[in-house]
Amino acid sequence: MKATCWEGKRRIRVKDVPDPKILNSRDAIVRVTSTAICGSDLHLLNGYVPTMERGDILGHEFMGEVVEVGRAIKSLNVGDRVVVPFPIACGNCNMCQRDLWSLCENSNPNAWMANKLWGHSTAGMFGYSHLTGGYAGGQAEYARVPFADVGPLKVPSGLSDDQALFLSDIFPTGYMGAEMCNIRGGDVIAVWGAGPVGQFAIASAKLLGAERIIAIDRFDYRLELARTRAGATDIINYEQTNVLETLNELTGGRGPDACIDAVGLEAHGPSAMYAYDRTKQALMLETDRPIALREAIMACRNGGIVSVIGVYGGFIDKFPMGSVMNRSLTIKTGQTHVHRYLKPLLQHIERGDIDPSFVITHRMRLEDAAEAYDMFLHKRDGCEKVVLKT
Amino acid sequence: MAERTHSGERLGYALGVFSVGLGLTQILAPAGVARAIGLKDDETTRKTMRAFGFREAATGIGLLSRPNHAEFAWGRVAGDAIDLALLGRALRSEDSRPNRVAAAMAAVAGVTVLDLLASSRLRRQENGRGRDTENGGLSQANRGIEVRKAITVNKPPEEVYGFWRNLENLPQFMVHLESVQVLDARRSYWKARAPLGATVEWTAEITEDIPDRLLAWQSVEGTQVPNFGHVEFKPAPGDRGTEVHVHLRYDPPGGSLGATIAKLFGEEPSVQVDGDLRRLKQVLEVGEVVHSQASIHRGPHPAQESGE
Repeated sequence: MKATCWEGKRRIRVKDVPDPKILNSRDAIVRVTSTAICGSDLHLLNGYVPTMERGDILGHEFMGEVVEVGRAIKSLNVGDRVVVPFPIACGNCNMCQRDLWSLCENSNPNAWMANKLWGHSTAGMFGYSHLTGGYAGGQAEYARVPFADVGPLKVPSGLSDDQALFLSDIFPTGYMGAEMCNIRGGDVIAVWGAGPVGQFAIASAKLLGAERIIAIDRFDYRLELARTRAGATDIINYEQTNVLETLNELTGGRGPDACIDAVGLEAHGPSAMYAYDRTKQALMLETDRPIALREAIMACRNGGIVSVIGVYGGFIDKFPMGSVMNRSLTIKTGQTHVHRYLKPLLQHIERGDIDPSFVITHRMRLEDAAEAYDMFLHKRDGCEKVVLKT
Repeated sequence: MAERTHSGERLGYALGVFSVGLGLTQILAPAGVARAIGLKDDETTRKTMRAFGFREAATGIGLLSRPNHAEFAWGRVAGDAIDLALLGRALRSEDSRPNRVAAAMAAVAGVTVLDLLASSRLRRQENGRGRDTENGGLSQANRGIEVRKAITVNKPPEEVYGFWRNLENLPQFMVHLESVQVLDARRSYWKARAPLGATVEWTAEITEDIPDRLLAWQSVEGTQVPNFGHVEFKPAPGDRGTEVHVHLRYDPPGGSLGATIAKLFGEEPSVQVDGDLRRLKQVLEVGEVVHSQASIHRGPHPAQESGE
């Protein structure tokens, strides 16, 4: 089959590789019909996530048709159309039973690697380094899905791939980011990053009843999408405006009630801070550039919530802990517990509260994945979200 | 600093100076070091070299600031093991110059011996000073390997104990075991894979057996790899199932040098036991050992199906 393989830093190639096989009794094999490139795939592309191997199949946002099931699978049949959550979860362990699916205790066979870097391991994840299990990803013609009786959601025939695909990651991720803000009527929410996850954080904050939602980015086309489609009431281009001053102005000097970091470890910034972090990163004195996170903390109102859904890999520097502690801030974060959100968000889509396909700017063929990555990376041609079709 | 008269400390101090010097050289002139030891000078090599420089300098500073503490010296031993393993890989790579790499390996191996010497001397001094008292009853100086690991399994103690008590189940989750054969109520015959494709076999006997709570065993006299250990099963707080606590001791063939060589080949005992316990949890909670396309292979493999 054809699959999108990581061939080294900034090197992606679509190659012919062997078809996936059933390895465990609760596996299913899915013929992928649609798959997307995630912003976090760019962290892999750029070499910021350790433990990648040449030949790793990428992709954790995918859906398709079940073509084979393991002997223990009763809840799925060949021919079912499913969308697959990016974290792999067993449903039997204590974390799964507590609804913390991205922390499944059984799905990462390489837990020892994650233990070394993070103290404890997360769940396994599709196409996301060996630290999270060494699972082949879904930017391919076929994908093996472990614990297929727990993860995949059957998609009603009335919904198109474009409407259902983002249940795999970015819609639940944006939604969890907004949910962690404990939004109450009248709340002001600021969102750093108007990429696809930021767009869904904005749209979800709106669904959850925020009164004002402020989007922050450096690309006008993304800010425009946030305003016209996702539901942002205000936009800030940080290359043209001072973010902290503008946020204070927009909130009567108090700061937003909650701040969402939908940027993560490869943040950009106009300031000397960017040069500082870029240098430290190059010298391997820190792994992540927390520019958006620092700003979100400084901007947040006293006693507010900082919700972190942008991905961080390892270590950051100059973390304003004094601001967090003295001003009673709460930081909430996590890889998305996607399984928890599948059904409620499917209902939102079916009711027409939201059509997730609004973020799609490009539909391309799987064979053109390398070009798609390059376009997404360099934000060419107004690229917001690429969906690859097989 | 009267204590610096100890020979282990003097050696530790000298190795500290050496570490800081080598570390700084690796950080500031990675390309030069790479060429000197015969490695291909590319971006990856330079980056790795810098990373190693930081590690080297850090252990060096540790040794200099606390030359009488064994941890930093053992840190150097571990570092040497990594260096040797990587140089070994470079030796097989087409881009490197084998002669220089081999010379570098010999140099590192020499330093490893010094490191081992310094750390075992420091360890003996520590023991003499009454540190490490926790295991004083068990460990005579630093012979043998001791591992303690724990995991929580989402099943009641009687089920976890029952599974373990049937010793022939053990190879299902202990990957280094080839087989366990129960001989009678107390005795069993074990076969395990050792580094470099060797096999070790021994007879073990159960020394204590408290149903649903504890199982202890030891190898009988005269085996290649004397070992003993116990596993305890405790109800976990908050209805989270059973805590499984494993405590193992064994004397590897070749003593501590043998253990270091085993580590060199990726056989780190505590990581191994940790992995075994995770697989035990998988077998009991989900019914089988969980695999990814990469993990099903021994050794590195990309996350894609293999060819055959």
